[in-house]
Amino acid sequence: MAPQSVSEVVAVLSEHGDRAKLLAGGTDIIVQLREGLREADMVVDIKKIDAVTSFKYCDENGLSLGAAVACYNLYEHPQLSKLYGALADSTHIIGGWQIQSRASVGGNLCNASPAADSIPALIALNATAVIAGPSGERSVAVEDFCTGPGRNVLENGEFLVSLQIPAQGGNCGSAYERFIPRNEMDIAVVGAGSWVKLADDGTIAEAKIGLGAVAATPLVAEAAAASLIGKEPTEENFAAAGELAKQIATPISDMRGTDEYRMHLVGVLVKRTLTTAVERAQSS
Amino acid sequence: MTSTQYRVIGSRPVRHDGADKVTGKAIYTADTKLPGMLAGFVLRSPHAHAKIVSIDTSEAETTPGVHAVVTGKDFPNVENKMADLGEGSVNLAYLSSNCMAQQKVLYRGHAVAAVAATDVHIAEAAAKKIKVEYEVLDSVTWVLDAMKEDAPLLHADLVTDSMGDKAENPSNIPVHLHFEKGDAGKAFEEADVIVEREFKTATVHQGYIEPHAVVADYNEDGRLKIWTATQGSFTARQQTAEVLQIPLGNVLVTPCEIGGGFGGKITVYLEPTAAILSKKSGRPVRITMTRADVFEASGPTPGSFMRVKIGAKNDGTMIAGEAWLAYDAGAYPGGMIGPGCMCVFSCYDIEHAVVDGYDVCLNKPKTSAYRAPGATQVAFATEQLVDELAAKLGMCELEIRQKNAVKEGSRRVDGPVYPPIGLEECLQAVQNSDHWNTPLEGPNRGRGIAAGFWFGCGLKSSAACTVNSDGTINLLEGSTDIGGSRTSIAMQLAEVLGLEADDINPMVGDTDTAGYTDVTGGSRVTFATGMAAYEAGRDLQQQMKTLAADLWDCSADEITVGEDGSFTGGDKTVGFKELATELFQAGEHLVGRATVSPECPTNGFGAQIADIEVDPETGKVTVLRYTTIQDAGKAIHPSYVEGQLQGGTVQGIGWALNEEYFYKADDTMANASFLDYRMPTMLDVPMIDTIIVETGNPDHPYGVRGVGETPIVPPPAALANAIFNATNTRMTELPMSPPKLWKAMQSNQTSE
Amino acid sequence: MSASKKAHVTTTINGESTDFLCEPRHSLLEVLRDNLGLTGSKEGCNNGNCGACTVLLNGRPVDSCLVLGVEVEGAEIETVEGIACSSNLHPVQQCFLEGAALQCGICTPGFLVASKALLDKDPNASEETIRFDLSGNLCRCTGYDKIVRAVQAAGQQMSAEA
Repeated sequence: MAPQSVSEVVAVLSEHGDRAKLLAGGTDIIVQLREGLREADMVVDIKKIDAVTSFKYCDENGLSLGAAVACYNLYEHPQLSKLYGALADSTHIIGGWQIQSRASVGGNLCNASPAADSIPALIALNATAVIAGPSGERSVAVEDFCTGPGRNVLENGEFLVSLQIPAQGGNCGSAYERFIPRNEMDIAVVGAGSWVKLADDGTIAEAKIGLGAVAATPLVAEAAAASLIGKEPTEENFAAAGELAKQIATPISDMRGTDEYRMHLVGVLVKRTLTTAVERAQSS
Repeated sequence: MTSTQYRVIGSRPVRHDGADKVTGKAIYTADTKLPGMLAGFVLRSPHAHAKIVSIDTSEAETTPGVHAVVTGKDFPNVENKMADLGEGSVNLAYLSSNCMAQQKVLYRGHAVAAVAATDVHIAEAAAKKIKVEYEVLDSVTWVLDAMKEDAPLLHADLVTDSMGDKAENPSNIPVHLHFEKGDAGKAFEEADVIVEREFKTATVHQGYIEPHAVVADYNEDGRLKIWTATQGSFTARQQTAEVLQIPLGNVLVTPCEIGGGFGGKITVYLEPTAAILSKKSGRPVRITMTRADVFEASGPTPGSFMRVKIGAKNDGTMIAGEAWLAYDAGAYPGGMIGPGCMCVFSCYDIEHAVVDGYDVCLNKPKTSAYRAPGATQVAFATEQLVDELAAKLGMCELEIRQKNAVKEGSRRVDGPVYPPIGLEECLQAVQNSDHWNTPLEGPNRGRGIAAGFWFGCGLKSSAACTVNSDGTINLLEGSTDIGGSRTSIAMQLAEVLGLEADDINPMVGDTDTAGYTDVTGGSRVTFATGMAAYEAGRDLQQQMKTLAADLWDCSADEITVGEDGSFTGGDKTVGFKELATELFQAGEHLVGRATVSPECPTNGFGAQIADIEVDPETGKVTVLRYTTIQDAGKAIHPSYVEGQLQGGTVQGIGWALNEEYFYKADDTMANASFLDYRMPTMLDVPMIDTIIVETGNPDHPYGVRGVGETPIVPPPAALANAIFNATNTRMTELPMSPPKLWKAMQSNQTSE
Repeated sequence: MSASKKAHVTTTINGESTDFLCEPRHSLLEVLRDNLGLTGSKEGCNNGNCGACTVLLNGRPVDSCLVLGVEVEGAEIETVEGIACSSNLHPVQQCFLEGAALQCGICTPGFLVASKALLDKDPNASEETIRFDLSGNLCRCTGYDKIVRAVQAAGQQMSAEA
């Protein structure tokens, strides 16, 4: 079914609970239903609802990104791809071109994979999830949205309507990078998103770092980011931040890499994304 | 031979089936639709090794929409008999229980039951209602573990055959091979330098994009019609008939267009099951594998453990070789250990050598051929040792290969003496290449080379050509066309008759219409079926000479056929088309035919050059430049030869860097999807430059050698050598994936 | 996914208004192949990892195995069957043929559809862009070399004609 409004979706979800699954780009949910990883009696296509399929940017409020907006809208957008480098980076590597035509950032978040590419980027960019439900709207910081692999904070009757991402002033820059064995079409072995704001003297005024695929949920590397405040943007300082980021990682060993390798990659990717983020901030 | 000027051979016409394939009109098996056709779904074992205690199909059978259910009970008992599949042979009892498990399941994905229903979703849902009670048994997926005395036994009755001697106690080792030439022990004592290492390679899959598919229609009169994705319609017919215990002549196999095979679509998996479902339901049944089924339940190629040793004199002459090889057979005997043993020293003239090989059953799917089956593993070992030997002797890695390269008269460890071959020419081509002569600069970069060999077989092929009234030809042959072979074969007929490739309409016949033809495999089609087409053309010319003699009132002996295919008798010279038209008008219609079964291997040698860069922080390898060199004998359609070289090379690069069956603790596969199996995408490889060497094969009218398989042999070794030259780290395990290379680089740094 | 009542869907396929009935669980790929007989789009993996089922949905390439049939109400779909213009092959089809950019041909329809979309966007796309944008299409036969070259050649033809 394809409801026309947010309230209709809430009503359907309230009635059918877990047996109804939302369909945005479908690139995760269709596979999961087909392979029996998730079950549903009904699939609710939310792409007829303006609030979840549209996006707009203004200098005061930043970007309001409908939950079902497909990836390509971000990296193909000349202004948004510059302002939100980390988001452009991540949306450009989620699956191939065919996937990016359909997959949405909102869906990537709701799917709550620890390795989701857009989540560390959203965390770094300080994004907030706007959730609609039976008792109205509420907001949750993206870093608090995932509660475990494939699990999130959405309660019965609730769904993700949009993401709010703060405006990017001058001197801001962000980047996302993941490590994969191939060059495309792969799941992050580790992913890192970094955001920085530079002070007028070129030192780092603010920073935020998100990590993926190193714990049951994507993480915020707070101490790593804090270590950079007031510092010069040097490789040494970035490497030190990488070391601090490792301290919160609790990776597993699986077919994509060993825990030891993942831990090592945290340092590498934090350093690399900080480098790119600063370069972007310097040229913004 | 190479100096001969040909009109058609060596040109690059558009393939005859091309338009169908770029417009979506070409019919592959899954595109076949018959009236009343049902969809089948196969229920598969979730366990790596288990006894089947009971199967209850009652609920599935009564599900609305379900028309038939089969289990192992529906399969006839077949004796322990070997059936020759052309390229390799198979024990029919094993083949049958691989199609549908009897008492035990031997790997995750092993078929245990199947359902036919009006819709595949109904069939799947019904199959999931089948209750299978398993008693889970201990399992084993590492070859050395499976060889241990206390390993879980897969087959209670299996004993080792060691060059004819049978062992007393059962084990997981069906075969021990032993080859020897000279006195290796003594030669090692005389060697000035010895290199020795152990190597491991992971199980890998052919990775064809088309999943296995079949349509079966069991007629009421006992005739079974099969449409299938197979590399060999005649071997598919034979296997199906034998497993079902029905007369061969009752089975018609129509080979549809096939979406890749690489050796993996020779064994039957679905055909007997679909046939029984069709017989039970009275309706045609189509079954297609899911991608996970393809990984878990078709035939990947062996993982291996190898210990190889080479000894040389100070002047670089290799004098002694020793190899101990253990290859996965998979769940049933009959892996690729034979060619592994034969190929381990196949590129080098080593006077004294000894090779022991073990075929080992373990709880993985039964292995199949994959492009030069068994050769890539041993090349990974040998070609690295050759580099190490060169380093120890202070020689250049190309020079040591040139010094020891096999040539006409060299004897391989398993006995055969090579006829004229082209390894030296390939190595010379390396030396002359722009790639080799362009220095590789920059940090973390390295260049590696490696040589490779595959036998290339002959086997049986047939061709028939019917002449149309306008002198064009309908060519009927039986080689399923996986990569443009219709055209390469038609070009050889066009050449001999003095026609253009366009004048020939090649058609791949089914088993009722085409003459017997062995599999599309073993790098044999352009060689052997091309030879059949050539001979059919010669047969046609002979018939035409006789008929023209009547027409021209002379004797057939007075008529000659020119290089351009024209017929000359007396003062008269006419072209093929002209004479054919004239004969047709005179009431004659012509069919030329030929069958061939060349026994000699075509001996395809090649060499490759790889430039890579390693990310020192992550261990990730980027292939910067790659050149594949191969002796094609004579390239009939150079684009298709290049395509074989490029395709095989990229498969080899995938094998080298990322592809592997990753097993979980319960011995089930963790990565049975294209996402996690990680075959190279377009972004993972550079252009693959090719150099075609043409030494001419004296056993073929145009000098063709098989080219399909050799290109996959050198890449893992060439890349390993390049990685060593970039990082000073010797990788002895495939795949050389980033985590492994990073770890090896770490340990290397610590130890230095 | 469970079965339920069939939905009636009206859509445009290769320029022609088409309607079909399908269950909510049926993918667009199943609808194209089984309901409409358009078997040019191939199933290689059924989970979006190989691109053999690529079609254009409202002008953008998608894996039709990851689109539900019921989702395409009112949409415009283009499949490999619609690339050629009456009896003339599209330059990308012609260049695939002339450049021997196919071997077994099973991945070819997906490559052609994605390549056409890429060249419509930018006929002068660099090798790097081609390799990036077509990385969602797997080919196991060719090693990609001749595919990249065929796409480049088609792009040159298209910009010369434009």
